[in-house]
Amino acid sequence: MDWGSIIENTTRGLIGEQFIYFGLAALGLNIHFGYTGLLNLGQAVFMAAGAYGLSMSVVTLGLNFWWGLLLGIIVFPLILAAIMGVPTLRLRADYLAIVTIAASEMFRIIARSPSLDRWTGSSDGLTGFATTFYELSPYDRQERYLFGLFIGNQMWVVTVGWITLVLVIIISRLLMRSPWGRVLKAIREDEDAARSLGKNAYWYKMQALMIGGVFGAMGGMLRAIGTQSAQPQNFITDVTFFAWVALILGGAAKVFGPIAGAAILYAILSFTDVALRQGVDNGHIPEWLMTGTQVGQVRFMLIGLGLILLAAFRPQGIFGNKEEMALDDR
Amino acid sequence: MTADSIPVAPALAGVAWEPGAPKPDAILTATGVRRTFGGLTAVDVDHLEVQRGVITALIGPNGAGKTTFFNLLTNFDNPDTGTRSFNGRDLDGVAAHRVANLGMVRTFQLTKALSKMTVIENMLLGATGQVGERLSRSLIPALWKSQERSNTERADELLVRFKLDHMREEFAGTLSGGQRKLLEMARALMVNPTMVMLDEPMAGVNPALKQSLLDHVKGLRDDGMTVLFVEHDMDMVQEISDWVVVMAEGRIIAEGPPASIGQNQAVVDAYLGSHHDSALDLEADL
Repeated sequence: MDWGSIIENTTRGLIGEQFIYFGLAALGLNIHFGYTGLLNLGQAVFMAAGAYGLSMSVVTLGLNFWWGLLLGIIVFPLILAAIMGVPTLRLRADYLAIVTIAASEMFRIIARSPSLDRWTGSSDGLTGFATTFYELSPYDRQERYLFGLFIGNQMWVVTVGWITLVLVIIISRLLMRSPWGRVLKAIREDEDAARSLGKNAYWYKMQALMIGGVFGAMGGMLRAIGTQSAQPQNFITDVTFFAWVALILGGAAKVFGPIAGAAILYAILSFTDVALRQGVDNGHIPEWLMTGTQVGQVRFMLIGLGLILLAAFRPQGIFGNKEEMALDDR
Repeated sequence: MTADSIPVAPALAGVAWEPGAPKPDAILTATGVRRTFGGLTAVDVDHLEVQRGVITALIGPNGAGKTTFFNLLTNFDNPDTGTRSFNGRDLDGVAAHRVANLGMVRTFQLTKALSKMTVIENMLLGATGQVGERLSRSLIPALWKSQERSNTERADELLVRFKLDHMREEFAGTLSGGQRKLLEMARALMVNPTMVMLDEPMAGVNPALKQSLLDHVKGLRDDGMTVLFVEHDMDMVQEISDWVVVMAEGRIIAEGPPASIGQNQAVVDAYLGSHHDSALDLEADL
């Protein structure tokens, strides 16, 4: 076994790009679900709004990178939240779930459509919108950084990603400790009670949907920048559920829960990937049990098993509060 | 007891004991309020006025439409037809949360303590006009800290008054049923209401707590608030209300001071069935 490469890959999962993209998406979901009780099953579409907001602004419309940044992080997600929220937020939570999952699939399928090739690049997606971003990089393109974990451009994405993460965590924390956050929690607990005390529950839910969407868009945009492409396949429903797994794993309604969840999720995925692959190659894992091509699927089976165990023995998530969870049963 | 010997609150002296009677100083009025659910007419109230500064009880047998009417008065539900006004303001089309900001706060039959929030957080939620509840200000604690401090002081005073101060930091979900009723009432007072609407405040409360709840409700009146409550517990109705409104099958069938209600023929019919022409006589029935 090559422990060096196992450790290297695991660390990359723990602090690397995937962790950042999904950590941001999960932080957004935490505002939606953890604090406000909004069941958003389409976080992928907010991520896509960030990715396509930037790439279409730059490539299709020919705007500069900074306008794309503004459109992708602020304007697109806010419009999207309004479109999905106006008809559903007056209704029960399930309606938002239906609309968000439908919206995310609709966006992906429309973006893939060949007739829109001129605008979205159809299934090939858009490329060449991140030049300005990489020009700002202080790192040497050929050099490896942080004990050789990341090469230059990767390191720049990770650096910007971590700065974004820290900012988002600080904002989340400030928001949730303010009276505004208190109203969100009250809406999660009982919307009618909040309304009977003079709080405009509808508008607060809209604000929460928008802010969580903005966080998701940041994750999606960074992902497009990191892979230097915005493709419909990057925003399939699995993406939403990875963010959900990160949130549930870490523990909802805790500011650090989704971050820890995302880090652990991608550390486990990277670790099992390398470890299983090496096990197969070295003959530690017999051929009749598993072949090298099955590694990708098996690691998700392991994640699934882990989630089942978590639900059975620690339903509140790793950082969640067990006493708080138990109050549901009363 | 003759009509002369029945005590009447001074504010309501001279008010006729009949459904829809006009009051000298009505804070809440409803006219022609109708609400149907499919083929069922749940509420059909021609006229009701609620006197300011007194405790009015709304009673009636199960299924009389009391809670539905309550929801209509607080705009948690909209009537098919009819108008309601509070403090001279038409409530038609006013969102439920705005009604609270106008000074009318309600509680719920199934207590809505916010379980995963602490008692003090529950209380602070009730304060109105909070700067920090606006998204744009919430990020800068300096803008709302001083207001939060004065709200906390007021909340702590109320917690002492309602004997919940020892539970201040506990999750509201850990409170007993009676304590939740107390918390809900205390939280409603954080809004600084002019009128408090209590939906079955005594439901599921043990007798020991009942007395203290009764005193709190009376205290609201003594502080100048108007109280309208829905209740099944006749002892409570007799003890604290100044005026009683009886509903049956969606309509208001009687109004009057509490002592007069038991003798009202329409009320007896509604509760016991119309073939009882006087007080219940078991032997004759069996």
